Amino acid sequence: MSIELERPLPRPTPTSRPFWDGLQEGRVRLQRCDDCGAWVFYPRNRCHRCLSAALTWHDVSGAATLYTFTIARQPTSPHFAGDVPQYLAVVELAEGVRLTSTLVDVDESRIRVGMALAPVFEPVDDDLTMLRFRPA
Amino acid sequence: MGLRGEAAIVGIAEYPHQRRYEGPRKFTLEQWSELTALALQDAGLEAGDVDGLVCSDIRESGMFTPATVVEYLGQPVNFAERIDLGGATAVGMVWRAAAAIELGICDVVVCALPALPIPSNPNPGPVDPQRFFQSSSPNWGSPQAEFDIPYGNLAQNAGYAMIAQRYAAEFGYDPEIMAKLVADQRANGALNPNAAFYGKPVSVADVLGSKMIADPLRMLEIVMPVAGGGAVVLAAREVAERCRHRGAYVTGFGEHLTIKTPTYAEDMCRTPVGPASEQAFAMAGLTPRDVDAAEIYDCYTITVLLTLEDAGFCGKGEGMAFIRDHDLRCAGDFPVNTHGGQLGMGQAGAAGGMTQVVEAARQVMGRAGERQVAGCDTVYVSGTGGVMSEQSALLLQGG
Repeated sequence: MSIELERPLPRPTPTSRPFWDGLQEGRVRLQRCDDCGAWVFYPRNRCHRCLSAALTWHDVSGAATLYTFTIARQPTSPHFAGDVPQYLAVVELAEGVRLTSTLVDVDESRIRVGMALAPVFEPVDDDLTMLRFRPA
Repeated sequence: MGLRGEAAIVGIAEYPHQRRYEGPRKFTLEQWSELTALALQDAGLEAGDVDGLVCSDIRESGMFTPATVVEYLGQPVNFAERIDLGGATAVGMVWRAAAAIELGICDVVVCALPALPIPSNPNPGPVDPQRFFQSSSPNWGSPQAEFDIPYGNLAQNAGYAMIAQRYAAEFGYDPEIMAKLVADQRANGALNPNAAFYGKPVSVADVLGSKMIADPLRMLEIVMPVAGGGAVVLAAREVAERCRHRGAYVTGFGEHLTIKTPTYAEDMCRTPVGPASEQAFAMAGLTPRDVDAAEIYDCYTITVLLTLEDAGFCGKGEGMAFIRDHDLRCAGDFPVNTHGGQLGMGQAGAAGGMTQVVEAARQVMGRAGERQVAGCDTVYVSGTGGVMSEQSALLLQGG
C-alpha cells in the first residue's frame, strides 16, 4: 500500500498564537502565571497549577537539557516514513517545562539524557516555524 | 472507604486470540451478545438475571452506546456505563460494576470488550484520518495535534521507549533482564490455548535478536495486534454463592489519571499505577506480599517493570533485580501474567486488558489448568491506558 500523506503540521489556536508567532521571530516564548509563578507549557487559557487566568507571555532563552529520547527505527506513522531514524526528544527548558521535539545536527551515538541543548528555529513555510533542538 | 468485597466475578468468556482471524466476522453488537451468553452460561445464570452493563466503544455507533447494546441484548438494566480508559478499560469496568452492585442498584452486571474483525463494509466511506494517528487526536485544538504529532511523537511505541530511556538514565537498564521477562511470560503463554503464541515460547536470545523498533524497545518486547476479546459477569454475593464456580471477589481497586502524553508527566518514571495500587491494597487490607499472582498490564516490557516498582512489589529502581531474581512463570516463586500476558496472548486493541482480568478470575476460581497457581486466593490486576496516562488496579480474592 503506497499512500502519499501530507505531513501533519501544527494549526495554532487563538490561545497558542503568540508561541508560534514568537518562533517566526526566532524567539521562544512561554506563558507564566502572575499569581503562582508557574511556567506553563503548552499554552493554555488558565494556569495548570492554580487555574488562574492571569497568564503573561515572556521571552525565554530556549536553553534546555534532554529529559529523554528515543530513536524510532520504524516511522511512528506513515507521514514520517522519510524521516527514519527519527530522533524524538522530550526537552526540558531552563524554566522547568517540558516539550516534545526532535534533535537535529546530532551524532546518534552521542545522544545522552541530560545533554545541553540549544533551540533551532526551522521555517516550514511563510506562516510556520517549528522548534527543534541541537547539542549546545 | 471503598468496597466491602460483596461483589464477585462469577463467569468469564474469551475468544481465542489469533493473529490471522479465521472465523466468521461479526459486528461488535453480535460479539457482545455472544460473549454475554457465554459468560452467563459459564456462571450458570440466565439472560433475565442481567440488570447492569458496562461497555466501551462499539464499531456500529459512536454515541448512545449503552442503550444500543441494551436494546440489542434485549435486557433492560438499572446501571449502564461506557468506559474510555484505553488499556485500563477492563479494570475500570470491573470496579464500577462491583461498586454498582454494592450500592444495591443491580445484582448481575456484564462487562464485555469484543475485538474480533467486523464484516467488510460493501460501501466503505472515506478513510478516517484518525486511523493513522492511532491513540493521538489530530483534531484542531487538541494539544496532541498541535505540540506532539507534528514532531512525530504519536501512537505508543515512541512514548514507551522514551519512558524506558529515562528509566535507563536514572536507574540503569539491562536488556537481558527485560528479555528474561518476555521469555518467562511467553513460557506461560505457550501453555494457554487462547494465546496467539500458544505452544511458542521464546528464549532470551530470541528477544535480544529481534529487531530494534524504538530504542531500547525490541520487537518481542512489544505486543502484537491480534483479534480477540473477552467478557466477565459480576454478581452480588447472594447470587454468586449459587453460581457454578468459586467467585473472585473484588476487594480493592484504584484508578489514577495524570496526563495524556508523557512529555507532560511530572516524573516519567513514577507512574499513576502507584497511587491506584496503594488505594487498592489499602481498601482490601492487603499488602503486595499477600499476592499469589500478579496479572500486570504489559503492552511493553517497561510497563511491567514500572508497575512492579510503583505497585510496591519492589522498591523504586529495584525492578530489574526483582525480575532477574524471581521466576515469573506459573510454577515460579512470583507468577506474573500466568496467561502469557498480552506479550503472549497478543493485544486485541483496548480489549487487551480484559485478558488480565479474565485470567485473574480463572486463577481464583481454580480453573487455569496446567497454568494453575497452587492455592491461588489473591490476585493483583493492573490496567494501563494511553502511555502510562491512566492506570487502574484491582484485587480479586476467593470468597
